[in-house]
Amino acid sequence: MIALLLILIPLLSGLIAFFLRTGNAAKGWALLSSFATVAVSILGLTILSKPELLQFKAAWLPGLGSNFSVRLDGMGQLLCLLTAISFPLIFIATWSRQYKNAHNFFGLMLLSQAGLMGVFLAMDALLFYFFWELALIPVYFLSSIWGAERRIAATFKFFIYTFIGSVLMLVGLIYLQSQTADRSFDIDAFYKIVLDNKTQNWVFWLMFIAFAIKVPVFPFHSWQPDVYEQSPTAVTMVLSGIMVKMGLFAIIRWLLPVLPYSSFAYGEKMIAMWTIVGMIYASLLAWRQDDMKRLIAYSSIAHLGLMVIAIFSETELSMQGAMLQMFNHGINILGLWVIVEILERKYGTRKLSELGGLAQKAPAMALLFVVVALANIALPLTNAFVGEFMMFTGIFTSPISEYELFTVPAAGITIILGAVYTLRMIQKVIYGNTNPLTETGTDIGYNEKLVLGIIVIMIIAAGVYPKPFLDLTKDTTDLILKEANIIPVLVK
Amino acid sequence: MNALIISALMGVVMMFSGILLKQRSAIRGVALAGLFAAIVLNIAETYGFHLFKVDIKNMMHFDRFALFFNTVAMICTFIFFLLSAKEMEKVGLNYADYFALIFFIICGILLSSSFSSLLILFLGIEIISIPLYILTGSDKKNLKSNEASLKYFLLGSFSTGLMLMGITFIYGDAGSFIVENITSLSTPDAKPSILLIAGLLLLMFSMAFKVSAAPFHFWTPDVYDGAPTVFTSFMATIVKAAVFIAFIRLFNYGFYGIHESWKFIIAIITALTLFIGNITAVFQQSVKRMLAYSSIAQAGFMLMAVLALNSFASEGIILYTTAYSLATIGLFAILVKMKDYTFEGFNGFAKHQPLLAAAAVIFLLSLAGIPLTAGFLAKFYMIKSVLDSGGFLWLVILAVLMAAVSVYYYFRVIQAMYFKDGEAQAMEISVSFKGVIIAVAALVILLGIFPQLLLNWLYF
Repeated sequence: MIALLLILIPLLSGLIAFFLRTGNAAKGWALLSSFATVAVSILGLTILSKPELLQFKAAWLPGLGSNFSVRLDGMGQLLCLLTAISFPLIFIATWSRQYKNAHNFFGLMLLSQAGLMGVFLAMDALLFYFFWELALIPVYFLSSIWGAERRIAATFKFFIYTFIGSVLMLVGLIYLQSQTADRSFDIDAFYKIVLDNKTQNWVFWLMFIAFAIKVPVFPFHSWQPDVYEQSPTAVTMVLSGIMVKMGLFAIIRWLLPVLPYSSFAYGEKMIAMWTIVGMIYASLLAWRQDDMKRLIAYSSIAHLGLMVIAIFSETELSMQGAMLQMFNHGINILGLWVIVEILERKYGTRKLSELGGLAQKAPAMALLFVVVALANIALPLTNAFVGEFMMFTGIFTSPISEYELFTVPAAGITIILGAVYTLRMIQKVIYGNTNPLTETGTDIGYNEKLVLGIIVIMIIAAGVYPKPFLDLTKDTTDLILKEANIIPVLVK
Repeated sequence: MNALIISALMGVVMMFSGILLKQRSAIRGVALAGLFAAIVLNIAETYGFHLFKVDIKNMMHFDRFALFFNTVAMICTFIFFLLSAKEMEKVGLNYADYFALIFFIICGILLSSSFSSLLILFLGIEIISIPLYILTGSDKKNLKSNEASLKYFLLGSFSTGLMLMGITFIYGDAGSFIVENITSLSTPDAKPSILLIAGLLLLMFSMAFKVSAAPFHFWTPDVYDGAPTVFTSFMATIVKAAVFIAFIRLFNYGFYGIHESWKFIIAIITALTLFIGNITAVFQQSVKRMLAYSSIAQAGFMLMAVLALNSFASEGIILYTTAYSLATIGLFAILVKMKDYTFEGFNGFAKHQPLLAAAAVIFLLSLAGIPLTAGFLAKFYMIKSVLDSGGFLWLVILAVLMAAVSVYYYFRVIQAMYFKDGEAQAMEISVSFKGVIIAVAALVILLGIFPQLLLNWLYF
């Protein structure tokens, strides 16, 4: 029931939003709906956390062996919570921005929330594919209608890119379904598939390319900086905070347990190497960026890369670290985007070279900005430290790693580079002298303080006491590792 | 049988209605009523109600599949009438005759979807083709229309010749036109004779010509572009679907036993069709011509059903033809209302006609195969049927990559309508037209979520 509500609330309220007359009504309605989703999500985590409430199954396409089957497991809980929390924060942070045809904007935003929830909840491969695509369509329209000047080309590239990935994944899923015992798309049936190594290998690539494009893993990343830059900031928040997690999530749920051999064979030896190249490359690019949106976009590639390596090293620590970090990264990057949004609205620019000296003019913002930025560097006491520490330890101790003496230091370099570009950003934006543009600056308003305050509280809380999150993801991790079943592979 | 006789009668009635009825709305009313009666009687026949007792000497077989497809085809024609019948007034003076020709085409459709003798197949295809030649050239003062008609007629006659020769060869081998007798010849263990294979190939090529599969597709863009847009809509959808049903019926019932010998050729034709249709569509500047190439590309996907020939394929082809026909008829109905057929002509359309633009988006998404629309599940069935029949993975991967290419040209229309500014000029649009368009769009989405609403009719 909870699982169903998490999809239905944003879906229905999104459809209703299209028919609201004024933009303000739609805005209020969207906020109300997103609060309801948060409430349901928290109820599902706490007092209503009973198995029979967390799942829902109904016959859907009996001829094809597909059911409408949704369930909240630990990892799903965490990502649904992230999705639920992010949307009200996004709405509040961008409250004063005026959109043309705002009712359509908020309707599409809520529909994308429904799609994302569906991806995290689906326990049926065909349903998963449905939601995977559905999350994309509203975002495509949002970016193309309300984005910046070069929006049409940038988002179109993004759409074609991800669509190519998803259709290949569809072929993979259909093939896997034909290999299940009872010809069903159910996730349990998928986990029972036994394939020989050669078959696993080509199915692996069909599926992995879709996920790699979404994350994005180097060399499939070229859509990302353009789209982040050209989209309206509210949409960039959805894209970078939640949507990229779809790729990581799908690797954990739909790739490792289903194709254990290939995940082992390619994961650490090949994909981790690409990812490292991509991480260093992206970090260096982030260092040289002048546009804050592009800087954060490249920094995001580096952070997500580490999670990809951690997932493929298949230890309990690295896996849990990656899940925790998916949540944390969503919160942190949301904080960074909120800052960008504020700066852009106040000063009309996102360029580091045109900003400066804001610590004197906006002390509250400066303080909050610094905390969020430190979380981006993964300083101890912030949430990202816990995640990254767990991932590094996991990669280093993994029984299947062969090149950990290379991967860990190489990934470590990107952490240092992360400090370089993040601190450079802070220095250029809030320290130094004011210039004519920032001279008249004022501090942030209450709604922005509220949003950033909540984000900072979450950063510190998860940094000091991550245990509830780890308890939550333990079951999923154990299940995935059991199905991924690497020990027999090693013995062979 | 019921619908066949009714629509033949209606063809004659419509010819005379042009003389007897002065008002065009009355002519339209008669056509709609006649088609409605045919649909109702066809559904009744599904439940065993026969209006006429005719001994057809085993030459036709109205099985569940055929009857069901006939219903779908006639319902699509009904929707086509609702949306575009008014537009036919602008084509020329012989308003009633156009309806008469369309009713004759429906006769051909019913024959070719239910044949069990090659003679009936030939008759059906010819009864479809000859009125189409006329409809293509019906815009008499337009040179392009004349050219298209002549081209279509010449090339169509050649393919008819091929088909007749193929039938003759097969008759020479089997000594019969009845499909069952041919089936008994083509068992897997007996080596098929040269005559049979030659006849089969000739039949395959002529059918490929009629469904505009590459490399027999060269007539399609010019004919679809030159013909009056209302009739292009009909030709590209319902007629093409009917020929596909005939294609599948022939190869499933007639030549399944020796499918090893022709499967590979079909796979090549499919791959070529997908490739050429999609890649060429990318370079078009006019939406009408883009839709012509898109219809070639979609034919490539439907050919996958001929390749697979399993239960998914026959369910899938019904779903595919329905999804494709509904979306294309809807798009053409909107296109007819536009003053400028280029992509730029759609700039800013969403601002002026938000409802129609939203419906057009649904149709385009369905053609591109995005989930939640009927087009996705249709493509899904095709892919699944081929994968289940074993082999041909390369073809499936080519097909999905080409589907990604198709996103490029379908989305250009969406981009023009929604993201670009401009003054898209549309003619006056009535409330009832909007209503029907929205109903069709809703149907596309409904079938995209619950395809069994349609497919269950095949069984119960």
